[in-house]
Amino acid sequence: MTNKLFSLTALSLNLFYQIPTMSQDNFPEKEEKPSLHESRRRFLKQSSALTAIALTPAAVVKAAENKLDEKAAGYFEKVNLSIEVNGTSHQLSVEPRVTLLDLLREQLHLTGTKKGCDYGQCGACTVHVNGKRVLSCLSLAVMQDGKKITTIEGLAKEDQLHPMQEAFIKHDGFQCGYCTPGQIMSAVACVREGHANSEDEIRQFMSGNICRCGAYPNIVDAIMEVKKNGGAL
Amino acid sequence: MINFSYVRPSSIKAAIDALNKDSASQFIAGGTNLVDLMKRGVASPEKLIDVTNLPLKNIEQRGNTIRIGSLALNSEVSEHPLIVQKLPLLSQALKAGASPQLRNMATVGGNLLQRTRCPYFYDTTMPCNKRKPGSGCAALNGYNRMHAIFGASENCIAVHPSDMCVALAALDATVIVNSSKGERKILFKDFHRLPGTTPEKDNNLQRGELITAVDVPVNDALSRNVLYTKIRDRASYAFALVSVAAVLDINNSAIQNVRLAMGGVAHKPWRLTEAEDFLKGKPVSIDNFRQAATIAIKGAKGHGYNNFKMKLAPNTIVQVLTTISGIS
Repeated sequence: MTNKLFSLTALSLNLFYQIPTMSQDNFPEKEEKPSLHESRRRFLKQSSALTAIALTPAAVVKAAENKLDEKAAGYFEKVNLSIEVNGTSHQLSVEPRVTLLDLLREQLHLTGTKKGCDYGQCGACTVHVNGKRVLSCLSLAVMQDGKKITTIEGLAKEDQLHPMQEAFIKHDGFQCGYCTPGQIMSAVACVREGHANSEDEIRQFMSGNICRCGAYPNIVDAIMEVKKNGGAL
Repeated sequence: MINFSYVRPSSIKAAIDALNKDSASQFIAGGTNLVDLMKRGVASPEKLIDVTNLPLKNIEQRGNTIRIGSLALNSEVSEHPLIVQKLPLLSQALKAGASPQLRNMATVGGNLLQRTRCPYFYDTTMPCNKRKPGSGCAALNGYNRMHAIFGASENCIAVHPSDMCVALAALDATVIVNSSKGERKILFKDFHRLPGTTPEKDNNLQRGELITAVDVPVNDALSRNVLYTKIRDRASYAFALVSVAAVLDINNSAIQNVRLAMGGVAHKPWRLTEAEDFLKGKPVSIDNFRQAATIAIKGAKGHGYNNFKMKLAPNTIVQVLTTISGIS
């Protein structure tokens, strides 16, 4: 199941190294993937840390020059935040400018939620907040205090994929997979909201999730099937 | 995004006090527009006052008015039984806007205050009088396909992007605002502004005012024969090229009353009062609808790439009116 889940959250990577079919055997061994994955991630982290070091002093110096010391202190002030993500409670301290998407990916290391456009236009970052689908890239993390977040990582129950995940695999509801976590989170909400009663309605209520590969017909099929089966939502 | 400080007051008074205390502060609710603008460097408040904890989410009927709290979500309003039954035009318009995810975040108050989607407003390397007064209007001789054909000035030809506001204009809504001076009511037609020489001002809200509710009058005629039609580049999740909100009250094949408003054509929701006056008392006929559309488009001016709206707008008016009167 771990491999299967992984296939949904890191498909873009898989695409380049694998893949003629969706059979589980075609995915790389467990021990191989994390090393590639981690080294890339470590590189990104290190480079962003370096960027931060390079930037911070300049900003502070500039603020000091302008006699804005107080303001500079204010800018770097963190705010306490208590949120529950996929059933786990977190007590955090974040800068007000951190989006929910960046908090999930960079601080909680839940990288299943994707950063597509980062401007609220593509839907790749869709998560559920208190059961409602929202765009995490336009949500400030500090505004989620006391709320319950569900990400793609929180859909499966132990070894059992969520029916919507199963249906996306069965109907081939993706190609590159980058939009898939957002599509699935949106699709689960679409059925829950009662907006999956026809293909037209599904297309209308899934329009906030863009798929550049054009897997739309298969996504609609997957949602129709889950709706028909009353899939445990 | 430039960092900022953050507070989350729990009373209306505390929120207004916090705003008055700091001239570079701003309210935030859904954040679907403001966070976007902050990421792009178009807005850079030093303090955000999160109003989402304020008790302003109710939707209720009081006599002949439905009061919608300013923090009610666009999705909640669009599916609320009162709105679906008594103000179906508003429900239709809300569902035509944005995406389900955005409608789950965006509030009624925030929708009223959303900024234009003119690409030159968003591009900080381009002149824009709305973003930077006095810098010029890049859209005037630029790629102005999405822009205004009514009420524009040489300083700004941007359009107001909201669907909800077009319905509220047709429904004669009133915006309720609070400030340290108390409550003030603003008629919907007076809420948004034309650009004139001050395109940086989208509306007539004063500094220190918080939108608390929108009042919409209800009567039976407003729940029959209504339609919001939005013409856009894709079937869903795109801003309007042209949209039309219409209410038609027909009695014995004669038009008793009519409300018409357009979106995507002006700096504010564009109410078509002259066309309405023409239609009142006239028989339902395609010919009358065509004449009304010709009156509606009087005074419109294209700017090049948006010249097609001069035809699209009247055609959409005729289509909407024929559809809801059942003669198409």
